[in-house]
Amino acid sequence: MPTKIEKDGLTGRETTGHEWDGLKELNTPLPKWWLYSFYACIAFAAVWVVIYPSWPGWNGTSGWIAREAIVGEMAEATARNAPMMARLREATPTQIAADPQMRDFALAGGRVAFANNCAACHGAGGQGAVGGYPALVDDDWLWGGSLEAIQTTIRHGIRNAEDNEARTSLMPRFGADGMLTAAQIGDVAEYVLSLSGQSTDAAAVARGETVYAENCVACHAERGVGNRELGAPRLSDLVWLHGGTKRDIIAMVNNPRMGVMPAWQGRLDPATINMLTVYVHALGGGE
Amino acid sequence: MAAATATAALAPGQAVRVEEVGYVEAPIRAFAIATAFWGVVGFLMGVLIATQLAFPLLNMDLEWTTFGRLRPVHTSAVIFAFGGNALIGTSLFVVQRTCRARLFGGADAGWFLFWGYQFFIVMAALGYVLGITQGKEYAEPEWYVDIWLTIVWVAYLVVFGGTIIKREEPHIYVANWFYLAFIITIAMLHIGNNISIPVSLGSSHSYSAPAGVQGAMIQWWYGHNAVGFFLTAGFLGMMYYFIPKQADRPVYSYRLSIVHFWTLIFLYIWAGPHHLHYTALPDWAQVLGMVFSVMLWMPSWGGMINGLMTLSGAWDKLRTDASLRFSVTAVGFYGMSTFEGPVMSIRAVNGLSHYTDWTIGHVHSGAMGWVGFITFGALYYLFPVLWKKKAMWSEKLIAWHFWLATLGIVFYITAMWVSGIMQGLMWRAYDELGFLQYSFVETVAAMHPYYVIRALGGVLYLAGGLIMVFNLWKTVTSSPALTLEPAAASAIAVAAE
Repeated sequence: MPTKIEKDGLTGRETTGHEWDGLKELNTPLPKWWLYSFYACIAFAAVWVVIYPSWPGWNGTSGWIAREAIVGEMAEATARNAPMMARLREATPTQIAADPQMRDFALAGGRVAFANNCAACHGAGGQGAVGGYPALVDDDWLWGGSLEAIQTTIRHGIRNAEDNEARTSLMPRFGADGMLTAAQIGDVAEYVLSLSGQSTDAAAVARGETVYAENCVACHAERGVGNRELGAPRLSDLVWLHGGTKRDIIAMVNNPRMGVMPAWQGRLDPATINMLTVYVHALGGGE
Repeated sequence: MAAATATAALAPGQAVRVEEVGYVEAPIRAFAIATAFWGVVGFLMGVLIATQLAFPLLNMDLEWTTFGRLRPVHTSAVIFAFGGNALIGTSLFVVQRTCRARLFGGADAGWFLFWGYQFFIVMAALGYVLGITQGKEYAEPEWYVDIWLTIVWVAYLVVFGGTIIKREEPHIYVANWFYLAFIITIAMLHIGNNISIPVSLGSSHSYSAPAGVQGAMIQWWYGHNAVGFFLTAGFLGMMYYFIPKQADRPVYSYRLSIVHFWTLIFLYIWAGPHHLHYTALPDWAQVLGMVFSVMLWMPSWGGMINGLMTLSGAWDKLRTDASLRFSVTAVGFYGMSTFEGPVMSIRAVNGLSHYTDWTIGHVHSGAMGWVGFITFGALYYLFPVLWKKKAMWSEKLIAWHFWLATLGIVFYITAMWVSGIMQGLMWRAYDELGFLQYSFVETVAAMHPYYVIRALGGVLYLAGGLIMVFNLWKTVTSSPALTLEPAAASAIAVAAE
């Protein structure tokens, strides 16, 4: 194709004289601001690679190294809190709760520790979850709601195989193991409902009371008030861990589900366990 | 407008050329259809996974429909299926016309590329859904799919390069430099990042050859340049042909095109380490990645200037030509994301933005705004030309598509900016005692409203895409045909495959 340089009428610029499928190009020089901005970026880069590590073996004039920077920051943060953490490690939860300074620190630290370790089962606010994850914000405690009881539960956990001191108890499989008939289980479920004023069948309640007295009272106690020594839930308060319909209760008597909680001693340091104890105690139901 | 250009492209003087050359067009028509088809599929998958993030129930508890498996289906569908078909189709169209040469290898070669590439897409997507993946972002397909793509891609290079070699024009047009850089570099990246050893010949799984931090570095050398050469260089090639055509103006600056081409090509390839700030990658590599990203700012903007300034004297066309509006807005989004990118590559900024939704917003302003819009503009130009129609069926529907899609992008990227920066700030928030203020799950809960807004943005973008498909369909079936002088008409008959 013949080269023919033309002048663009609109801009007054010349074309390069090439044409492809009707497309032409103007011979406009590089915009100055563009060029100088580009130079400025290159200058920035040139300075930056001198100041910072930018080649194997070149550590830069600033002496900055990412790993040392983070190690330093972590050490500084640890050092800042070290005196308080030492106090929290030595003190009992009761002492911590009584000391405003330690208590504030424990509530802040306990909140973070709870969010990172406990919230998966107990909920972000300790509200619990359907399916056997107890709420920690109410005063219905399975194993006790005092500072000492909470600390023991956190340290050793519940029904786990890793800690010899884990809290443990076992509810028999009354239906699955043939200890009670289906009719008896239906009756005792009706009786359990009656403890919170929900029964609809007085005859079944009367029959169920006998079943309860022969099989359940040892753990769940008279009138279903429960027994914290054994982690046997209170049955009379309308707070249900595994559901409160008759069907749910029958299922529990037939083949009970029992919660498991890991032991946190060993996973978390003693100061953190103390902070968690005070935090959980303060969630609303502490005794 | 489209009609006017279509006529211009086939003006009597040029009609003789068409007869002489006999451009291959049928496979390009197939690529154009596939672009629209995969676009809608990709947008639909995007809406689905965005909704899954807002409402996890929609994972449907089936392994094949979980977010983890559908996300690569979405990313591959929009990048490789929608973007890839657009790039291959337009490059084959542009290279023939700007070289005044029939496609090297003829229609058969074009059809091999078309079906070979669609087979790659389907094989890759099937693998993702069935859980067959290398687990490398944007390079998920396993070894057997990689080998197939290599064959198709080398054939593409031969067809494209062969057409350039036998060109009738003395010079190579700037669009072809960019297309060629895209084809060559993607071949290099694809092979480099997919070197692996199959578990056994009968196994669909493989072990990556490089491991650990070397594997990560090669992955992000690949990943960043997939953005640089697939989503940038290739689409700049598209811009350099379609914007001057739609605006009917000469390219603003030949010198700028040379300088920004070579600086872009040289600098992009080093910028990958900015994806690995604050990782096990040595500091020196992170710093190099950052400074190369900063230097990349102006070379990227060179393309934006050339695209926008080409409209000098033709700005009024934006009022009347909705498809040109797409192309120009695309360049605007390109400028915005190529400014945002270098900013995010700065280590201190990256400390806030990394792993947050800000990154997702950034990539989508580039993908939806730049890649999507420049492709829509090209499709609205190409359909009337490829099917010999006077114009698109409805100019009004193009405008509807434009405004719906623009609104969708605004919803999307503002939601992700707010949510990303909020997320980054929540992760790093400490109270006065030195404790983190938020747990991870609290940041997730805080992002929920933005996830809903983002999904809504996606719905708008998808709706625009569906309107486009309808309009393209009606153009092919119902738009009045281009009527020509008998001589020109016979030329077209010859040209049509």
